[in-house]
Amino acid sequence: MRQRSIGGIVRPKGWHNVLMRGSLFLVLGLFCLYYLFPLIVMASTSLKSLAEIREGTLLSLPRAITFEAWGKAWDSACVGVRCDGLKPFMWNSVAMAVPAVLLSTTLGAINGYALTKWRFPGADWIFAMILFGAFIPFQVILLPMARTLGQLGLAGTVTGLILVHTVYGLAFTTLFFRNFFVGVSDGILQAAKVDGAGFFRIFFQIVLPMSIPAIVVTVIWQFTQIWNDFLFGVAFTIGDSNPVTVALNNVVNTSTGVKEYNVDMAAAIIAALPTMLVYVVAGAWFVRGLSAGAVKG
Amino acid sequence: MADTPSLRLRTERWLERRLPQIVVLPLFALSLFFVYGFIVWTAYISMTPSRIMPVYDFIGFSQYDRLWATPRWYVAIKNLFIFSSLFIAISMVIGILLAILLDQRVRAEGLIRTIYLYPMALSFIVTGTVWKWILNPGLGIERYMREMGFENFTFDWLVNSDYAIYTLVIAAVWQSSGYAMALFLAGLRSVDDEILKAAAVDGASPWKTYTSIVLPILRPVFLSTVIILAHLAIKSFDLVVALTGGGPGYATDMPATFMYAFAFQRSELGVAAASATMMLMTIIAIIVPYLYSELRKTGR
Repeated sequence: MRQRSIGGIVRPKGWHNVLMRGSLFLVLGLFCLYYLFPLIVMASTSLKSLAEIREGTLLSLPRAITFEAWGKAWDSACVGVRCDGLKPFMWNSVAMAVPAVLLSTTLGAINGYALTKWRFPGADWIFAMILFGAFIPFQVILLPMARTLGQLGLAGTVTGLILVHTVYGLAFTTLFFRNFFVGVSDGILQAAKVDGAGFFRIFFQIVLPMSIPAIVVTVIWQFTQIWNDFLFGVAFTIGDSNPVTVALNNVVNTSTGVKEYNVDMAAAIIAALPTMLVYVVAGAWFVRGLSAGAVKG
Repeated sequence: MADTPSLRLRTERWLERRLPQIVVLPLFALSLFFVYGFIVWTAYISMTPSRIMPVYDFIGFSQYDRLWATPRWYVAIKNLFIFSSLFIAISMVIGILLAILLDQRVRAEGLIRTIYLYPMALSFIVTGTVWKWILNPGLGIERYMREMGFENFTFDWLVNSDYAIYTLVIAAVWQSSGYAMALFLAGLRSVDDEILKAAAVDGASPWKTYTSIVLPILRPVFLSTVIILAHLAIKSFDLVVALTGGGPGYATDMPATFMYAFAFQRSELGVAAASATMMLMTIIAIIVPYLYSELRKTGR
């Protein structure tokens, strides 16, 4: 975000100003602590042994750091009846998220392009109707989707989830690309049309190269949404095909055996790692997606 | 011959001209089937006696009568009301406060923003897992305070049916208030500097500048933030499952978990479909007027 040439409202005015700046940073710092607190607790708990957890408190830092809980969460914690940790479920999530993100982004790009740059009668209506799909509570499509997946022979499969996420991601991706293309001048496209370039040639040679920002925002948004999804995962998959969010919930909420809080915390961090990484590497794009989604909810 | 292009050429031209429609059509068809078709199906099922399996005999609105005669549904509605009003109000207050503070030419603004917003990148399941641990009476904050010497300190909201709903507010605010901050900050940054300069020249105090100039300009941002947060609240499902599991009992049930329980655990498809339809109606009542005005504004 751009910096203003004139500062905010607090202006330099001697010791009074120093006091104001001081309390400003104090408040901002306290809120930093507030947001970081759960992350710190999660990390420190995951590095403790179970005995140490029972003796200490939430805030006591690990005395003897051990990565045992991490190892266990990754490949031997029990998820339901299966005891090889989150590893297989992480792969399910990857196998689900990567194709679903690519498919929904590609289709959204073509859709947004056709609807804004090749306007035809009714294009606005079609867009509005597609956009509505971004707002529906998914409970309303849960039952028919479960049936449809069953009839397609995709019930309980990762492929089924890819289909679901692609279909319901399309409303968002179309919105993102439409908003981007609306701001692209028609001049170049008109020139290309006059030169005889067709729909797809203009798309691949002119439009796509200039839409990199929109592509990045869309890919990040879709990846975060799909990776973090729980509802579709829990409703449409069983056991072995669960995505990692569902597996994590199963690890944490099993009532059998000794509660291993350190393993729960390590598992939570592992499940959160991919989207956190994307956020740290591409935070600015992530924020852009969030504000681009302001019209979307 | 030159005057009448061959049939093949004409077909090609026609295809070329219609290509945009031909490309959009299947995608539009997907949306018609998977969104509108499915909504119609669910709405119809809500008017049938379906239990384990869908049946298609029309029985009118009696499933809605059953739904509204279910005490658990009232709990879910009441919870949704408590949860969304607190969640929206607190997130907005924190969001606007942080946005204004961050707008004071703060050093390390980028870092602070990153910290405020990272919970949005997390799954609600992760958020629920952590807060469940922090709020656990035996091991979390309560235990910590007792070890600190406050031996009568009690903080058992998570397992107390009267207060468990507020733990959802705590976790949800933690996750989403940074989002509200980001939206407000973007709004503040779009306020014209000249207006602020003019106010400063006129000798307006910072407080007055914000309350009587900046915030009124941000009214549209307030509206869209409320809508976005309300939308999040109505759909909240994952957080409930991960943090309280809807419990104790069904004390923290929400419409989304109610629908899931009736559809997949209690085999009451008709009631589940009726509750899903109620949710859709609520969203439509909020979203459609908003979308309509948004789309008109951007001059689609």
